[in-house]
Amino acid sequence: MPIHEKNLIRPEDLTEHDNLSIDGVDVSGHWSTFINSRAVTDYNEAMEEEIAALPGGQYIHRCWQCSSCTNACTIHEINPEFNPRYWIYLARMGLESELLRDKDLIWQCVSCFKCTHACPRDVEPEGVMKAMSTWLELKGHQPKSPSQHFDEEVAAQVIATGKLEEGRVIRGFFARTGQSLKQAWLLEIVRRMVGRLPILMGIRMGLATLFRPKTSGWERSRVAMEEYMQEREQANRRALKLD
Amino acid sequence: MNENYKKVAYYPGCALEGTANAYDHSTRAVGKKLGLELVELKNWNCCGAMEVKNLDPQLQNYLSARNLSIAANEMGFDTVMAPCNGCYHNLKKVEYDVTHRPEARETVDRLSDKAGHAKYEPGSVETIHALDWIKKTVGEEGLKDRVVRSLEGLKIANYYGCMYSRPRHIFPEKDQGGDSENTDAPHYMDDLLQAAGATIVNYPLKTACCGGAHTLADSNTSTKLVVNLLRTAEACGADIIATECPTCHTGLEMHQVRAETEFDVKTNVVMLYFTQLLGLAMGLSPRKLSIHENISDSLPLLKQKGLA
Repeated sequence: MPIHEKNLIRPEDLTEHDNLSIDGVDVSGHWSTFINSRAVTDYNEAMEEEIAALPGGQYIHRCWQCSSCTNACTIHEINPEFNPRYWIYLARMGLESELLRDKDLIWQCVSCFKCTHACPRDVEPEGVMKAMSTWLELKGHQPKSPSQHFDEEVAAQVIATGKLEEGRVIRGFFARTGQSLKQAWLLEIVRRMVGRLPILMGIRMGLATLFRPKTSGWERSRVAMEEYMQEREQANRRALKLD
Repeated sequence: MNENYKKVAYYPGCALEGTANAYDHSTRAVGKKLGLELVELKNWNCCGAMEVKNLDPQLQNYLSARNLSIAANEMGFDTVMAPCNGCYHNLKKVEYDVTHRPEARETVDRLSDKAGHAKYEPGSVETIHALDWIKKTVGEEGLKDRVVRSLEGLKIANYYGCMYSRPRHIFPEKDQGGDSENTDAPHYMDDLLQAAGATIVNYPLKTACCGGAHTLADSNTSTKLVVNLLRTAEACGADIIATECPTCHTGLEMHQVRAETEFDVKTNVVMLYFTQLLGLAMGLSPRKLSIHENISDSLPLLKQKGLA
């Protein structure tokens, strides 16, 4: 696979000379930038396999680097540095230190499924992005992302009761991430709604906060799911040789 | 027309019991008006939303499969209707996974056994969206006969979002030509609202993403994506964005306000569920369709057009 990524060249590996002449040819200035030679020695050969073992990552090996995923990507459109094709390449090559340069971007995947829809090899790049974020966090390269906090809040509620109550998710998420609930825009939404809403709706939403919606007969499902998740979490840690 | 869809198991999902209550009310009201019967799924649970799969896709499959199993085994239905794109997507996804991926079937069956309920058998029950439900039972012609207050003069951009048609492989019935839905350029909502008299603007972002999955986790990205959707709809000449997903709908509404309060970007296009628009055309009152429960206030526009 050819390396034609401009951003593979680190700024510290570029040299510009103010005054340099080689065999009488002036090679100073921007147009004669030198790329210092370097040999990559820090491969992490286990990387692809580890990511493949995490939820969502299992089809990473199918990728043939066509870039349909990146071309289709919602986030790439607003931030060109967000590049699923490139990250899959790095993971498969074991270029861990290069992937780490983008570690705070990968969690920003919004799961729009444009990549998975476009992929001709059924790599499911959307899942691979999730597996990579999980990998970065389990390896200790990245603190838990806001997205991870949100996922955990939702999953905890669904497992506990069988249902999601959105007000509780919002409160839980802001508490987990240490943010105030009094965000100007949320207050503005409430202000705009209050005048128009019937009292009944207010009562209904209030009741949902007091009496959590719950799926009846959920107990055995809850236990089965909790046990399953413990198994999975152990399996994930084992795959990354963390225990 | 599909007679089978005239009485279906109804899976509202969590959002329709919360922020998107208006979608639930308007769906039920429209169904009643059209003589279609909805029987709510007994003891349903959350499908896993857009989050549980990130922790473990098979856990999400189990959550979705439990609902399908109830419809088929406990209620004897062969069709489940879900108006929420997220629910609809997840039920479709488990059908695909359990059919094609042995590891999915193994986990779903094992968890069902442990939880002590009947297993979900792929093929035993079909999942449809609220759009399929109306399009295939009443259709455009049937709808035209029932319009008492044409939506004439309303310029609408139809927004389908992500989960209704992506990825294509979990929707094998789509892209089959003829009257089937198209995953890249969906048109069922266009067809129905046009039959109700509305002017459908050519909206190139009908399947673009609103950033719903990160509406709180990465709000700036969501706001950016939503502003693009709103501004493009306005540039295309739309007064209204019609929606068919509670996450998209609430996302558009919330981030429209956020764009205004945090970035001073004001847009005037309003959001309505397609069921609310169809209901208006069939003579139902805005209150019956819970239009006042939407965050974006469409009543002034509807009054001006003589629809409220």
